[in-house]
Formats: sequence, structure tokens, C-alpha cells
Amino acid sequence: MKRVLACVATAALALTACGGKTDPLAGPSSTAAPVAADTITIGSANFTESTLLAEIYAAALEGKGVKVSKKLNIGSRETYFKGLQDGSIDLIPEYTGNLLLHLNKEAKETVDNEVYGALEKALPDNLIVLDKSDAEDKDAVVVSKETAEKLGVKSIADLAAKGPVVFGGPPEFQKRADGLPGLKANYNLEVSEYKSLDVGGPLTVDALKSGAVQAADLFTTDVAITANGFVVLEDPNSNFSAQNVVPLINKAKASDNVKKVLNAISAKLTTEILLELNGKLAAPDKPDPAKVAKDWLASAGI
Amino acid sequence: MWEWLTNPDNWTKTFGTPGIPQRLAEHLQYTAVAVVIAALIAVPLGAYIGHTGRGGTFVVGMVNAFRALPELGLLILLALSMGVLLAFEAMTITLVLIAVPPMLAGTYAGIRNVDQSAVDAARGMGMREREVLVKVELPNALPLILGALRTATLQVIATASIAAFVSLGGLGRFVVDGLALREFDQMAGGAVLIAALAIVVELVLAGAQWLVVSPGLRAPRSRKRKATT
Amino acid sequence: MTWVLDHVDQLLSLSAYHLWLALLPLVLGLLIALPLGWVASRYYWARVILVPAAGLLYTIPSLALFVLMPLILGTLILDPLNVQIALTVYTVALLVRVVADALAAVPATVAAAATAMGYRPVGRFFAVDLPLALPVLLAGVRVATVSNISLVSVGSLIGVHGLGQALTEGFQRDNYAEIIAGIVLIVVLALAVDAVLVLVGRVLTPWARIGGRR
Repeated sequence: MKRVLACVATAALALTACGGKTDPLAGPSSTAAPVAADTITIGSANFTESTLLAEIYAAALEGKGVKVSKKLNIGSRETYFKGLQDGSIDLIPEYTGNLLLHLNKEAKETVDNEVYGALEKALPDNLIVLDKSDAEDKDAVVVSKETAEKLGVKSIADLAAKGPVVFGGPPEFQKRADGLPGLKANYNLEVSEYKSLDVGGPLTVDALKSGAVQAADLFTTDVAITANGFVVLEDPNSNFSAQNVVPLINKAKASDNVKKVLNAISAKLTTEILLELNGKLAAPDKPDPAKVAKDWLASAGI
Repeated sequence: MWEWLTNPDNWTKTFGTPGIPQRLAEHLQYTAVAVVIAALIAVPLGAYIGHTGRGGTFVVGMVNAFRALPELGLLILLALSMGVLLAFEAMTITLVLIAVPPMLAGTYAGIRNVDQSAVDAARGMGMREREVLVKVELPNALPLILGALRTATLQVIATASIAAFVSLGGLGRFVVDGLALREFDQMAGGAVLIAALAIVVELVLAGAQWLVVSPGLRAPRSRKRKATT
Repeated sequence: MTWVLDHVDQLLSLSAYHLWLALLPLVLGLLIALPLGWVASRYYWARVILVPAAGLLYTIPSLALFVLMPLILGTLILDPLNVQIALTVYTVALLVRVVADALAAVPATVAAAATAMGYRPVGRFFAVDLPLALPVLLAGVRVATVSNISLVSVGSLIGVHGLGQALTEGFQRDNYAEIIAGIVLIVVLALAVDAVLVLVGRVLTPWARIGGRR
């Protein structure tokens, strides 16, 4: 039955050939082959603000003639950092405090300049950080308005004094230096149960709203905090250090042109702008981060 | 990975994070609840469709369509819309939707494949339709029904690992946390535990099937006589 | 709904990439499973080893296998090969048993007749055994295809984005339209490929359509 064999073989070849041709259609984010040496691959973490910042970097760099390839929505820092080390990505927007703690769990600096200085020293040889921005997005322990009023708490110390709580946040918060271990060390906060939710996303917001958790880890630039009347507990012992937005880049790809563009962005970004852009992204019609990024760049004159 | 599996700390409750035995119990709980509910839906429905012969193509089409459903997507959708407080219910709905199609198909096929002469004899003896179904067709269809139950249970055990994405427990917790923390020993340990659980449950169910199915129906272990080349 | 209409091109290119991620492992897996299954159908000892081993592989949770691939293979973290090779493993695990059963179900009398007509073993395999085993084989391939298409969505959790991106991104941004679009497209894609496979099966087995019971 040579005819049968021929049919099967053709079908198989057609399928694979089909697949091969459609690969480029998927856009720059699909290439697995090594990218050209002059292209910068920009990555982002698994939360929307990171993608927004990555899109801002990408649009600005492309506008200045740099070739850019994007690999967005990779995962937690523990995941994408490996990508920086093995060359899968070259550039990613980062936050000074958390990056420092990732590199050195024992780091004690909390003030922005000190954190930045320590960070420069702690980075491996092939990676550097460029200028830091004034814009900050910190983790925070957040409770609902009802919980704040019922327990009469204004700071994390107050909360710790009330006894063990049910806490919600991303899975990595359980082990991060400024996560549960840090809260325990700085405030003696006991956790009766930890619910692994998402990275400051709708699941965590819902858990706080419905009372499934009493306190949660959210980000300070999240519009859901004001939208739902949540209360950000004060952090007098500085468990959460300064978190300035900063580009983390492979030294080999940091040409003068690239540095100029990224530093210009960092100079213009502020925490208020982050809040405003996050608000735009959270609107019901869910605009693309790429579009929001381009609009802001145009209005900021970059 | 072996260090993680043999570390006694992981087998007891530590710092608000439950250890392996609790996660195992949770995983079994999710599985059992879903399989029982799915059986209560699929077996009567499949028996009815198989017995009356109506809706056979519907069964085949539905089974195919449901096999294509991405479980993770469905779970996310349900968890977001129902809220975290109902995460367990969202998980159960997802698992039931995964377990029903194979059990429905298995029951339907089992009833359809019952020896028609036995059914005719039963009718000839004066049994009413419902008695024919319950006393003749179902016991004869038992091997296929139980086989489908085993398949469905294994699929549910494998899929229940995604419960960890929406704050629930189960053995998937180690896989998800291990992924977020890049702790491969925890992740691999979780994967091994899930696979081991699947094997153990499969053996237990196979044993139960051997006990329950009438000896007359046991398929002989035939060695195919190969034609000499 | 407007979100979906605004993002049709993006969804279409994600679908195409999704198919590429799912179907290459299918073809590779089939090519690997054929010889393995053939060995398992002829020799009892091979069957006893291969079929349970395949069953074991299939119970490994997909996410764990995807993540462990870079460690086992030494690939880059974000390489789509991680997803494709893991899916090939699952396909082989699923199809080895199917191939073994399908080949074992070829009636001994037909095989004997073919040999008597002068077919050598290899020729007999391609000319007689394989075509007769095709219906059962095709059923297995259909299951493997649908399963692969569904599993590719899990790859988004490690940054390899097919249609699963609509699921993870929709999750992060609380965008129901995106999540539903992702789920619907994955199901539609799977059913479409399944229908194509059914057609291919009908073309390849003309004798099954002539007379006889369904």
C-alpha cells in the first residue's frame, strides 16, 4: 500500500512544514534561535506593571533605532533572573530593594541611595543597573477597611500584636527575605495560614474583599487599594526597603545610545505616573500595555 | 530531590505551612469528591443513553469537546468569577467536568456492548425495561464502566495538581511553590508524589475491579498465537 | 467582546504558534512510538516493560516536566523546545500502548496470508499491518492531539506563550473576555484538528467505508 504510506508521509510533512512557516508569524516573542547581536531582548515579570515598564523601554528604544525583541510575562524573579544569566533576555525593569535581597539575602540597607549602592556591588559581572528612577512600587501589608477598623490597626506592629493572622500573597512571599521571614523578624508577625494567591492580582484583591484572608501582600501602585478602600499598614521598622524602578541590563548590550534612552525614561518616571498608568490599564476595556506605553512616551516627550 | 523527600521536616506541620501528609489528604479529598459527583452524573446518564440507544453521537461529540478544555483556563475563570472563598467549589466543578466525559463514554460503551442475547433472554423472562437495565446490562457492563472510572480517576489525580494555583492545597502545592521559588527539589518531589499517588490508586482500583466484577466476565489473558514468519 | 474584536490578529498569530507547539511533538512522538510499539506487540517482555513505563511517564504533571526540561536538556530557560520535547514525551507515552494494541489486533490469519504471498516482514509491516491498524492508531492519535493542544496552554506558566498567554494575561488583568477567548479558541482549535484527522482517516482507509456494519 505505497499510496497509503505516501499519504501519511505527505500529511506529516505538511503539518511540520506548516508549523515551521507559521513560527515567524507569531512575532518577535517566539524566537528560540539566538537573536542577532545588536538586538536587545526585553523581558518582563508575571505582573502587569512589569509588562508596562518593559513596553515603555521597548517603544522608546525602537523609536531611537535600536532593534528590540520582547519576551514578556516570564514568571517570578527567581525564574527570569536565570534568563538574564543564560542570555535568554538582556534587559528587564527591576526594583532596587527586591533585586538586592534576591542577590544578597542578608542585605540590611533600606534607604534608596544605600540600597542602590549595595546593589551595584552585589550584581554579577555581566549585569549592570542604569540610573534609578524616583518612581517606587513597594510591597505592602494591606488590610481591608473593615479589618482596620475592627482590629484598630494602623501599622504592621499593631497587626502583629493582635495574634496570628491568615495571610495572602504570591507563593514566593513565604520565603522571600522581606516576606514572611522578614515580617516575623521585624515585627514578630505570626501567620496561622498562608494562602498562595497571585502576584498582587485580582485573586488577592478578591481574597481581601471577601475576608478569605485578613491581610495580604499588595503593591503600593495598585489602583485596587484606593478603589476598594483598603488600608496600607505602616512599616516603621522598614521591613520593605526602597524599591526604585531601575533597568537591569546585560553590560554587553548597554551601548551609549541605549543608556541615554533608558536614563531619560527613569528621569521622567514618578510614582504618581505609575499609579496613573496602572489606572488606565485597569479600565474595563483593558487597553494594551504597548499602547498605554506609547501614549505616555509621546506625552513625556521621549 | 531525595533529600527533600526524606527530610522529616516536610512530613510534619511547619511554620503555618502543612507538610506532605496533609497535602496528600487534601489531594485525595479533591479527587474523591469530584469522582463521586461525576459518577453520580455520568453513570445513570450513560446507562440511559446506552440502553435506549438515543443520543449516541451526542456522547461521542461531547467527550471529544470536553477533552479539549484547558483545565487551567477553566479553573482560573471559575475562581475569578466565584471568588477565592469558593475556590474549592470552583476546583470541584472543573474536576467533575474532566471526569464526566470518560465515565459517560465508558458507561455508554459498556451498556452497548452487552451481549444482546442476554438482554433478549431477560426480556423474554418477563423483566421490565428498568429491571433489564439494572439486573442484566449494568452488571455485564461493569468491566468497562469500572475501567472508565479508573481512567477518570487517574486524570483527576493528575489535574488536581492545579488546585494550587487558586490558593488550595493538594500535592500540586509543592509543584507551584517550587516553581515560584525556583526550588527544584520541592517541585520534583511534588511531581514524584503525584505520580506515585496515581500508581497506588490505580493498583487499588484494579484490585477492587477484580473483586467486584463477576468471574464470568473476566477477560482471559490470551497470548496471541503469532503466525510463523 | 470589543476586546476580542480589537485583538483578532494577535489571537490568530497566537493560535498559529500554539498549533506549531502542539503538532510538532505529535509527529515526532508518533514516529518514535511506532517502532517502540511494534517491538512491544511482538515480544511479550518488551510489552511488559514499555507499557507500564509509558503509563508512568504519563502521570508526571505537565508543569513539572516543562520546568525540569532545561535542567535535563540544558536548553535555555525560555526555549519553546522545553514545551515541545515534554509534549513529545507525553505523546510517546500515550501512543506506545495504542500502537502495540493496534498491531497486536491484526488478525493472525491475515498476517499468515501475507507471508504466504511472499511479503518479507518489513514489507508486510508497511503494506498490511500498518494499514489494518490504522483505525485504532488514528483514535489514539486523535486523543494525543487534543491532549497536546490542551497542554500547550500550561506552557504559559513558564513563559512559552501560545494561546495560554490569553489565559495568564487575562488572569493577571482580570480580563474575562481574554480568558474566555483563550478557552474557546483552544477548544475550537482542538476540535478543528480532530475533524481534519477524522477526514484523513477516512481517506486512508477506503475499505472501511465499503459495506459492513458501522
